Amino acid sequence: MLDYQLIWQNLPLYLNGILLTLKVLLISLACGLTLAIPLALMRVARSCLLRYPAWLYTYVIRGTPMLVQLFLIYYGLAQFEAVRQSVLWPYLSSATFCTCLAFAINTSAYSAELLAGSLRATARGEVEAARAMGMSRLTLYRRILLPSALRRALPQYSNEVLMMLQTTSLASIVTLVDITGAAKTFNARYYLPFEAFITAGLIYLALTFMLVRLFKLAERRWLAYLAPRKH
Amino acid sequence: MNKLQINDLHKSYGNHQVLKGVSLQAQAGDVISIIGSSGSGKSTFLRCINLLEQPNAGEILVNGEQLKLRNCPRGGLRAADPRQLQRLRARLSMVFQHFNLWSHMSALDNVMEAPVQVLGINRKEARDKAEHYLNKVGVSHRRDAYPAHMSGGEQQRVAIARALAMEPEVMLFDEPTSALDPELVGEVLKVMQDLASEGRTMVVVTHEMGFAREVSNQLLFLHQGIAEERGHPREVLARPQSERLRQFLAGSLK
Repeated sequence: MLDYQLIWQNLPLYLNGILLTLKVLLISLACGLTLAIPLALMRVARSCLLRYPAWLYTYVIRGTPMLVQLFLIYYGLAQFEAVRQSVLWPYLSSATFCTCLAFAINTSAYSAELLAGSLRATARGEVEAARAMGMSRLTLYRRILLPSALRRALPQYSNEVLMMLQTTSLASIVTLVDITGAAKTFNARYYLPFEAFITAGLIYLALTFMLVRLFKLAERRWLAYLAPRKH
Repeated sequence: MNKLQINDLHKSYGNHQVLKGVSLQAQAGDVISIIGSSGSGKSTFLRCINLLEQPNAGEILVNGEQLKLRNCPRGGLRAADPRQLQRLRARLSMVFQHFNLWSHMSALDNVMEAPVQVLGINRKEARDKAEHYLNKVGVSHRRDAYPAHMSGGEQQRVAIARALAMEPEVMLFDEPTSALDPELVGEVLKVMQDLASEGRTMVVVTHEMGFAREVSNQLLFLHQGIAEERGHPREVLARPQSERLRQFLAGSLK
């Protein structure tokens, strides 16, 4: 028999976990996307000096597991005296900061790749029309290429966001009490692993459901031009 | 003074010479039709005028102002001064075979975009102007529609409104009716005929012999990168001098 009563009593533990999960998710997505836009522009640039560093960055980040990156930042950096003496140490010794940093770096690489793909897939004719109207490169990117590519990347990006939500559970490994961390704490207190983790699972499912709805609304708003004609 | 003057334009892709020295002069109100079979270089010629393609030699003058060109290490000529190129392009607006409307913008936004972003007109004025030109080409009822939700004829008329909103010196048309269903060709040609009768200067690459004969006042027949024949369309079409134009006209049925 499942023990709902105990779960109910420990609701604040889970609620705080949800808040932490959402905080880590939002911060890392916001920083990741901010980083991804210039990276994507570098990936499609003509100049090798811009293209190769961005290629190397996304290649290395996508070529290593997120958990390894997290361990390197949280445990690995602390090994060096210079890091411990630096002004950044108050940040780098914080598990929340390191987690957000690792997640932001990770999602920036994946987002940059999908955005670069979307930029490359822009209809040539639309770019030609912009040039023929006398637009500068800056205007072309600002008004035509980026708005169009960001919109078309939306369905794929929603997938990236869902992946990131599930991946935030790694934060519990570096001592954070997110949703998974709350489940671990609950399990340690009562030794009810099934109740502990099925609750966590259901919460992730509910959050996923909400994110999916949110992206559907966003697609209806910004991708209306790709939808079938209604009238 | 010529609105548009092209002197001795050459263009090649590798060893293949597409244009072997083509010239053109358009005065205010001229409507010049360029005809020729596919591969004759007529679209390439038009696209070299605003440097969507890089010519290998030649001169381009808009309203007497020469476009400054420099040799590019990878071959071909590029604009020496990008700002001058942008300024001259804004005065030579182009209408494309495949419309090339910006798909994420409504018809109205498509027409407002370049006047606001390139010419620096304020949004209110640009909006009035856009509505005026959409109305003029008969698609004002579709102003909020996205390109994908419009018929080809509507899209091309929006594209013409977009070109008109720049209030250009010369309009360049690159086979504007070739991608349209036959029953939609008429509505676009009608708009172009109205523009011609208003005295707009137009250079039109076309397969529509009726348009070339009835609307334009100059005809240029390109063959293998050379202006094989030119003159008043009625005379050229009625009395073709070269065997190639005779063959071309025989093949076009009209």
